Amino acid sequence: MEIKNVMIVGVGGQGTLLTSRILGGAILDSGFDVKLSEVHGMAQRGGSVVTFVRYGKKVYEPIVEEGQADILIAFEKLEALRYAHFLKKDGIMIVNDQRIDPMPVVIKKEKYPENIVQKLRDDFNLILVDALNEARKIGNLKVFNVIILGVMSKYMDISDEMWIKQIKENVPEYSLEDNLVAFQIGKDFREEII
Amino acid sequence: MIEKKIMLGNEAIARGAYEAGVRVSSAYPGTPSTEISEYLEEYNEVYVEWAPNEKVALEVAIGASMSGVRSLASMKHVGLNVAADPLFTASFIGVTGGLVVVVADDPGLYSSQNEQDTRSIAIAAKVPVLEPSDSQEAKDFVRYAFEISEEYDTPVILRTTTRLSHSQGVVELADRLEPEIIEYVRNPQKNVMVPANASKRHPIVEENLIRLQDDSSTMNHLNRLEIEDKSIGIITSGIPYQYVKEAMPNASILKLGILNPLPKKLIEEFSQSVDRLVIIEELDPVIESQVKSWGIKCEGKELFSLLYEYSANMIKDALTEEKVEIRTKEEAPVRPPILCPGCPHRSVYSVLNKLKIHGAGDIGCYTLGASEPLNVIDSTICMGASISSLHGMEKARGRDYIKNWVAIIGDSTFFHTGINSLINMVYNQSSGTVLILDNSTTAMTGHQDNPSTGVTLRGDISTSIDIKKICEGIGVRSVREISSFDTKELEKALKEELEKDEVSVIIAKSPCVLLKGVAIKSQYFVDKEVCRKCGLCMKPGCPAITSDDEGLTEINDTMCNGCGLCYSRCPFDAIKLTKSVIDRL
Repeated sequence: MEIKNVMIVGVGGQGTLLTSRILGGAILDSGFDVKLSEVHGMAQRGGSVVTFVRYGKKVYEPIVEEGQADILIAFEKLEALRYAHFLKKDGIMIVNDQRIDPMPVVIKKEKYPENIVQKLRDDFNLILVDALNEARKIGNLKVFNVIILGVMSKYMDISDEMWIKQIKENVPEYSLEDNLVAFQIGKDFREEII
Repeated sequence: MIEKKIMLGNEAIARGAYEAGVRVSSAYPGTPSTEISEYLEEYNEVYVEWAPNEKVALEVAIGASMSGVRSLASMKHVGLNVAADPLFTASFIGVTGGLVVVVADDPGLYSSQNEQDTRSIAIAAKVPVLEPSDSQEAKDFVRYAFEISEEYDTPVILRTTTRLSHSQGVVELADRLEPEIIEYVRNPQKNVMVPANASKRHPIVEENLIRLQDDSSTMNHLNRLEIEDKSIGIITSGIPYQYVKEAMPNASILKLGILNPLPKKLIEEFSQSVDRLVIIEELDPVIESQVKSWGIKCEGKELFSLLYEYSANMIKDALTEEKVEIRTKEEAPVRPPILCPGCPHRSVYSVLNKLKIHGAGDIGCYTLGASEPLNVIDSTICMGASISSLHGMEKARGRDYIKNWVAIIGDSTFFHTGINSLINMVYNQSSGTVLILDNSTTAMTGHQDNPSTGVTLRGDISTSIDIKKICEGIGVRSVREISSFDTKELEKALKEELEKDEVSVIIAKSPCVLLKGVAIKSQYFVDKEVCRKCGLCMKPGCPAITSDDEGLTEINDTMCNGCGLCYSRCPFDAIKLTKSVIDRL
C-alpha cells in the first residue's frame, strides 16, 4: 500500500490532540506502520496548530509536506485556507463550518477572507460539515471533532470496530455515549451542496 | 507476543527509562521535554519529581547516581544552560549508578526563546551524546545510554528534538531491568572535586572519551550503515535521517546514533566508499566541522541551512533533479498564539496597558502579552531575567527611569530563578516593582504543579510554599496580594508601589482558567439593544469577543470562559450573564 498522508489543522484548544490519538490508535490496530507529529507548548494557546499523520507499510518521515496530503481535516475555515497547498490536487478536504477570528482580525488590522469554501471547492473535493451545530443537538459541544472523525472514517481503510475501540479508550467514561453518537452522525453525514 | 504500542517520542523515552531500571528522575517542565516526566509518573518503580529548576534537577540525579542507582534528569535545551554548572563537573566525577540527561532541542523554535544545539554544549562539557531518530530508538537508546554511562564512567546526554519528542510512532515494549544497587564506598578522589582531585580526574575523562570514540565505530546497535548507490553517501542522524530516507531512498547512508564522540574510524571508512559525501544535520555543523578537521572532503552547510527544521523536500531540492511542484500558498491572516479567553493575565495586562506601564518580561504564557492589542511586555530573555534586568535598567538610568516599568514573572518561574533576582534587588537597594502573576500552575507547558501549589508530580499533597512569605523573608517590605480580576485594586496598588523608593511586590492571584474546575459554568452575551459600540470590551483582546463592521460586539459561546472582564469594563451594562448554559455542561 502507498503511504497515506493525513493532516488535521485547527486552532489550539480545539482538540486536535485527542483526534490524533484516536486516529493513531485505530491505524495501529489495523496493522499499519504509523507516525504522527503534533504541536505542544506555546503554539497551542489559540495559535494555528497542525497534526501530521502518515501510515502504510513502512513510514519514515513523520511530517506531511506541501502537495502530499491525501486528506486534510480543518477544524476551522481559515486554517483550511492556510494549509490548502499541502493537499494533493485531487485530495479530500473536510472542513468544519466554523470561523474563529485570529487576533489580527479581532483588532481589525486584517480581514477574515471571504468565500473560503467556494474558493477551495473549485480545486478540491471539499466536504463542509457544520459539526458544532450537530454537536449542539447532541447537547455536548466538545464532541464536534468526533463527528468530523466520523465523516473522515468513510475515506480511510479502517473498520468501524477499530474506530469505536479507540474512542472508548480515549474519551472519558461520562462522555462516551455522546462521542459514540457523534461518530455515527459523522458517518451518516451527507452534505447538501447548495 | 511482543506488545506493540503507539508512543509519543517522550513517552518512549519514559518507557526506556523504566525498562532501563531507573529509580530516580527529576526535571523542570519545558517544551518539548515535559511529557517525559509525566509519562514516567505511570511507573511506580520510579521516583519522579518536578524540581524548581534544571540545575536542581540535575543535581538530584547526580546525587542519586552517587548513591548507586540509575538516575535521569530531563529538560529542554535552554534548561541545560541552567544545569550547565553541575553538568560540566559531573563529567569529571563520572558516575556510580548510570546517569542520563535527556535534553530536547527545538529546531524551528516552536516554543522557545532561542535555537541552540545541545551537541555543542555536550562537547564543551565532555559528555557523550546519543541521538535517536524515532520512538522505538528513543526507548532503546535510553538503555544504551545507561550502558555507556556505566561502562565509560560518565553522564550521557540523550538528545532529542521537538519533531522526535512530539511525534508518535510504533514501539515494541520490553521488561524492566533491575540493576543491583551499587554499595556506597567513600571515594573523595572521584567525588570531591577540589582542584587536587579534579586535576587528576581530567586526564581520566579524556582517556574515557578516546576509548569510547575507538569503541563507537563498532557499536552497530547505535550506528547503521545502509550501503546502496555509492555515487552519493550521506552522514546523518536523528530526525533528519527520516527526511533523507524519504527524499533519497537509494543513497548510501551512515546513520549515526552516537554524536559525541563521533565514530571516527567508521566515518573514515564510509567516506572512502562513496564518490560524494554529504552531511545532513539540523542546526550547527557539529559533525561536519569535525569531519572536515580530519581532512575528509565533504559538503554540508553550503547546501543546507543553519536554521530551523529540515524536510524531505528541502533535501530533494538540494540533491536531486526532482522538482517538487507545489500549489501557491493562499493568503491568510496569521494566527499567533494568544492568551486564552478567561485568562487572568489578560485582566492584569488591561490595567498595565491603561496605565502605559512597560513590562520587563519573563518565560511563560504571560509572555504572550507582548503582542497586540495588549503590548505590555517589552523584553523577554530567559527564566528569571525580568526581575534582574529591571534592576539593571534602574542602576543604569536611575530611579525615575523605571517609574513606569514593572518586572512581570509567573509563580513557577519565580521559584525557578526569580528568587535570586529578587534577593539582588533588595540587597542592592533597588526601587523596582515586581508583579508576580500567580496562576497556581506551570501553565504554558501544560499545567504542571510547582512549589506554590503544594502538590507533587505524583499528585501527593505536600507543603505549599507561600510566595508572599518568601518575598517578606527576603526583606521586601511592601508585598500585596490582589485578585487578578480586581482591576480597580490593581490599578491603585500599581500607582502607589511605583511611587515608592523601595522594592515592592504585587502578587496578582487567580488560577489558570484551563485548570480543572476553574472555568465557571456561566457565560456572558452582548445585549445588542443596549450596546453603544464603544469598543471598551474589545480592548483587552479577548478572542471570544468579535465585532461586526458596524462595531456591534458579540461573544462567542463556544469560547467564553465566563471571567467577566468584559462585563466589568462595559459602562452601559450591555454585557449580561447568559441564562442558558446547558450545552456547556
